[in-house]
Amino acid sequence: MSKTLRDQERQTGWWLLAPAVILLLLVYAYPIGRSFWLSLFTQNLGTELQPVFTGLNNYGRMAIDGRFWQSIGNTTLFTAISVLLELLLGLGTALVLNQSFRGRGAVRTIALLPWALPTALIATTWTWIFNDQFGVWNDLLMRAGLIKTGINWLGDPHWALWTVIAADVWKTTPFIAILLLAGLQAIPNDLYEAHTLDGASPWQNFYRITLPLLMPQILIATLFRFAQAFGIFDLIQVMTGGGPGGATETVSIYIYATIMRYLDFGYGAALVVVTFLILSLAVAIAAFWLSKLRPAGDWR
Amino acid sequence: MTNSSSQASTHALSTRRIGLAIVILLILIFSLAPILWQLLTSFKTTADIAAIPNVYFPKQLTIEHYTEIFRRQPFLRYMFNSGFVAITSTLLCLLIGTPAAYALARLKLPGEQIVLAATLIVTLFPYILLFLGLLELVRTFGLANHYLALIVPYTAMNVPLTILVMRSFFQQLPRDLEDSAKVDGYSTVQMLLQILMPLTLPALVTTGILTFIAAWNEFLFALTFITRESMKTIPVAVAQLSGTAVFEIPYGALAAATVIGTLPLVLLLLIFQQRIVQGLTAGAVKG
Repeated sequence: MSKTLRDQERQTGWWLLAPAVILLLLVYAYPIGRSFWLSLFTQNLGTELQPVFTGLNNYGRMAIDGRFWQSIGNTTLFTAISVLLELLLGLGTALVLNQSFRGRGAVRTIALLPWALPTALIATTWTWIFNDQFGVWNDLLMRAGLIKTGINWLGDPHWALWTVIAADVWKTTPFIAILLLAGLQAIPNDLYEAHTLDGASPWQNFYRITLPLLMPQILIATLFRFAQAFGIFDLIQVMTGGGPGGATETVSIYIYATIMRYLDFGYGAALVVVTFLILSLAVAIAAFWLSKLRPAGDWR
Repeated sequence: MTNSSSQASTHALSTRRIGLAIVILLILIFSLAPILWQLLTSFKTTADIAAIPNVYFPKQLTIEHYTEIFRRQPFLRYMFNSGFVAITSTLLCLLIGTPAAYALARLKLPGEQIVLAATLIVTLFPYILLFLGLLELVRTFGLANHYLALIVPYTAMNVPLTILVMRSFFQQLPRDLEDSAKVDGYSTVQMLLQILMPLTLPALVTTGILTFIAAWNEFLFALTFITRESMKTIPVAVAQLSGTAVFEIPYGALAAATVIGTLPLVLLLLIFQQRIVQGLTAGAVKG
């Protein structure tokens, strides 16, 4: 029996797909699955780094671990505030970049710059700007007469998280702006013209046309940014290392310290699992919303 | 339209244009000021850097910080490491991701929706969830301080983006081309290599730039899997520069190192801005 063309095509397809699937399984599925397994063991300096099966012990420990809950709180605050600010600024930037003006291409390129640069390096730039002694931010505020003495932006627990949020907003607003700009460009101009002829104000235009048609992009951008912000690591690790006194310690920073500094592998694995589950739940909810919304917009 | 109302509308128009100009100026300041400040710091003398109040217009500029970082640290080596890892993983990623994207775009495979959905979801998970499992793998295979410890995860983390961008590209290609190639007796693989490949080049460049940027910028894996000085990549080397001297943080050298480390990306952005935007939106929006 000779194989049909259809079977042959199917077989070729699997061969084309296989390397990518295997690689993703190895680098994504295996580590997460492995963390589920490791989280059932205690493996730390107390057990001389040998794995000892302790069931759900690590999860019980987590429930009463104040540092874990603080890191969850910090992560939630960081994520909520930074994503909200980025959305507002990103939408504003996108609306501006969608206008026609001379040199628009150059402005778009410059606006994208923060996104393209390595976060770890940008973190050193912001650390320097917010330096308590020589930092330019304190200098500017003092020159403007807003403060009398320099604020220790990264060393003061009241300010540190907000300072890190500011740096994150700077870094990732362009990403949202570019996604939303693409959405804006896909909205046909006739819609606005017809609406304006009917006597609608620019604000009504924005509220009744732009916002609803842009909603899919807004949700996708939010989903992406939410997941990234929830796992924020490099920016905070370089700027504060989670300090002062845990004021900027997010879940990622805590996981990293648990595993790399305290060598508490079992507990670190449990932290990975819980973070994974929280994120999955949030993503599932967002995806559900998105699927409800999808037929409304013509974004495909 | 009466004369007065048209006057009013030109007036409104010019206020609008002034407002627009101000907002554009704000966007430019927002985006550029931190980078320019770091650039200025890197050329200031050490005395000017530590001056209070700050010096905004230094009378004297110096390149001592640049010569210092190259003298004190194997900075060229870091650049080479970053470049090598980023380029290798980019090429591998295109090699692995493009055929997969084609299969998902054109060949009707059972379960392709699942693969596609998994690919999308995977992009949402932060690397911190992966590094414990990967750390074990790196140790098991003895890959610590080896380029492969970075090349493999960097390739994998860019495969989803490659699949999404390239898939949307393949979907836009006219199907006739492939059909006539099939009629002419090409096999799927031959057709991919000889007919689609040349057409695909622009999209490959777009994707490649995005994957290069992501690989050049990666921090967590580079921090964890590489401890030997001569194997470090730029982001880790620069971030650790601030920790080298206990009593004095070398601000000038740090600024110079940041400038050098970001320069390749600034150039990429200037040259390929259009493509980067296309790729970003194709990858994120059209999925």
